[in-house]
Amino acid sequence: MTTITWLYRGGVTARAVAAIGGGYVLAALAGALIALALPLPRADAVTIATLLAFVIYPCVILWVFATRSALRACVGVAATCAVLGMVLWLVGGTA
Amino acid sequence: MKDGLRQSMAWVHTWAGLLVCWLLLLVFMAGTAAYYRHEITLWMKPELHAAAAAPATLAPAQAAQLAVRTLQERAPGATRWTIDLPDERNPVIQAAWQNPPKKDMTRQERRNALRDQNVTLDPTSGLPTAKPRDTRGGDFLYRLHFDLHYMPAIWGRWIVGIGAMFMLVAIISGVITHKRIFKDFFTFRPKKGQRSWLDAHNATAVLALPFHLMITYTGIVTLMFIYMPAPTKALYGDEQNTMFSDVFGNFERGKPADIAAPLADIGTMLQQAGRAWGVTPSRVAISHPNDAAARVELYRPSGQQLSNLEPAMTFDGVSGALLSETPPVSTALATRAAIYGMHVAHFADPLLRALFFVCGLAGSAMVATGALLWGVRERQSYAKVVANGGRVGFGVRLVDALNIGAIAGLPIAFAAFFWANRLLPVDMAQRASAEANWFFIAWGAAALLAQIRPTRAMWRFQLTVGAVLLAGIPVLNVFTTNSHLGVSLFGGPGLRPVAAFDIVVLILGALLGWAAWWLGHKAKQKAAKKQTAADAGSTSTMEPV
Repeated sequence: MTTITWLYRGGVTARAVAAIGGGYVLAALAGALIALALPLPRADAVTIATLLAFVIYPCVILWVFATRSALRACVGVAATCAVLGMVLWLVGGTA
Repeated sequence: MKDGLRQSMAWVHTWAGLLVCWLLLLVFMAGTAAYYRHEITLWMKPELHAAAAAPATLAPAQAAQLAVRTLQERAPGATRWTIDLPDERNPVIQAAWQNPPKKDMTRQERRNALRDQNVTLDPTSGLPTAKPRDTRGGDFLYRLHFDLHYMPAIWGRWIVGIGAMFMLVAIISGVITHKRIFKDFFTFRPKKGQRSWLDAHNATAVLALPFHLMITYTGIVTLMFIYMPAPTKALYGDEQNTMFSDVFGNFERGKPADIAAPLADIGTMLQQAGRAWGVTPSRVAISHPNDAAARVELYRPSGQQLSNLEPAMTFDGVSGALLSETPPVSTALATRAAIYGMHVAHFADPLLRALFFVCGLAGSAMVATGALLWGVRERQSYAKVVANGGRVGFGVRLVDALNIGAIAGLPIAFAAFFWANRLLPVDMAQRASAEANWFFIAWGAAALLAQIRPTRAMWRFQLTVGAVLLAGIPVLNVFTTNSHLGVSLFGGPGLRPVAAFDIVVLILGALLGWAAWWLGHKAKQKAAKKQTAADAGSTSTMEPV
């Protein structure tokens, strides 16, 4: 109990934000991209993409807590979000 | 986190579980009860029991015709009629109507009005039965499961959705952290303090693991388009409603022609659908009756397929001609419907439904033992402090109190809801809301008392109250209804749900009573042990509870 340092607390908070907030954004971006990429009728594509988004989300959360350091977790989620966001922007799916 | 994968997953498992376990317990218990939503509703309307006891002798076509006759008398100008025909889970004929909405009606007023716009018909005579008491029945528990209460439904759905996401993470991390998951399942070390709670948690979790994982993921999927609108946004932009009609089917019912036209014979349509499906439709919906644009939809009874999209046939209400059948859906949409269908389990036959109910109870036990385990483990770090007459930390006290309020308090709340159904005056105004209020009055009182004195005595007291209230329900029935166990056990098959309800609450009450007894027994044993230790002159070694 006494070994809990502020560094540790900060790390846990950062991971929680990266997992819950960052994970959601990542899953949402990935879901949007999958929806655009699937060569299926709109209703089918949106259904499969949303189903998959809820597989991606928990995986991201667990990775964030499993990875070596909080910094790695934050950078990893942010970088993936940036790449996915960029691709989405290029594809023009935000219209 | 700084350690191996297993340790970090154990950490995630502990905190993801602990933060939402009391909410999850409510959701699990209400959801488990909601598997028997229709049976609970029937139980909560004792006025219908006499009609339910009589075997349905009317042919379905005839029953539908008689229901239409009653609807013609009561609501000829309605926008929509629905008729539910007797089947395995519903022993009576139910007819309901919707009136054209008034402009200034609030949502609540419309909902209240809807509750009055229905009539139950006797399955032998087709005549209206006595008006049942005003109650939401099993629908209250069904809604509580995902809408919560006393708040806008959408808030409740988000709160429950976030809880479900925590649950999903807790389940997956729990599996990863659990090295010997299947071996440990066969291990139970009773009366060993923390070890026993851990074994109980493992057993209830692993036993029904496929169910827990399935029910959590499918639960999120039921409302996934609300929780995750991004893919919809990418493909549909702002036309979310277009997506809903694409995915969920077109619910556009058309506009009335405002030209009066007589309704064609329902019986003939029912026979036509029955011949095509091999089973008679269980549900009839008529939009714009007595209008030239009338449409009749017949639905196949559930239980034939996993998907919750039941095939339907649409007839022209005036000519009686078959207009369309539900077209087969694509694989993706069928998948979603099957996932949804798995969650609501309309497909399940009685045995499978009972298995789902037991799995739901196992899930409740898993959440409860997990919550207890945290307190037991945390308490160890205070063992020395407590032995010296000190107190446990704030966190442990809070979790203990919340555990009592949820684990022992929730059964009291459910029981209070059923007692209110029997004891509130039948002609009381706002009766259905009052029943729901009693659920929360009882739960609030239990939770408050637990916060004031989170002790072992409080555990025993609340478990005993829950046991007496639940097991007392069949006794209460003897004094307040004519369909107590003595009657329902020997009555017609239509009364089976009523009898089963009484037996199930009796068993649950007995289990709670056993838990209360066991706690007292353990306390006595411990006191005796302490006494011998003190007699021997040695300092007592504190054991965690």
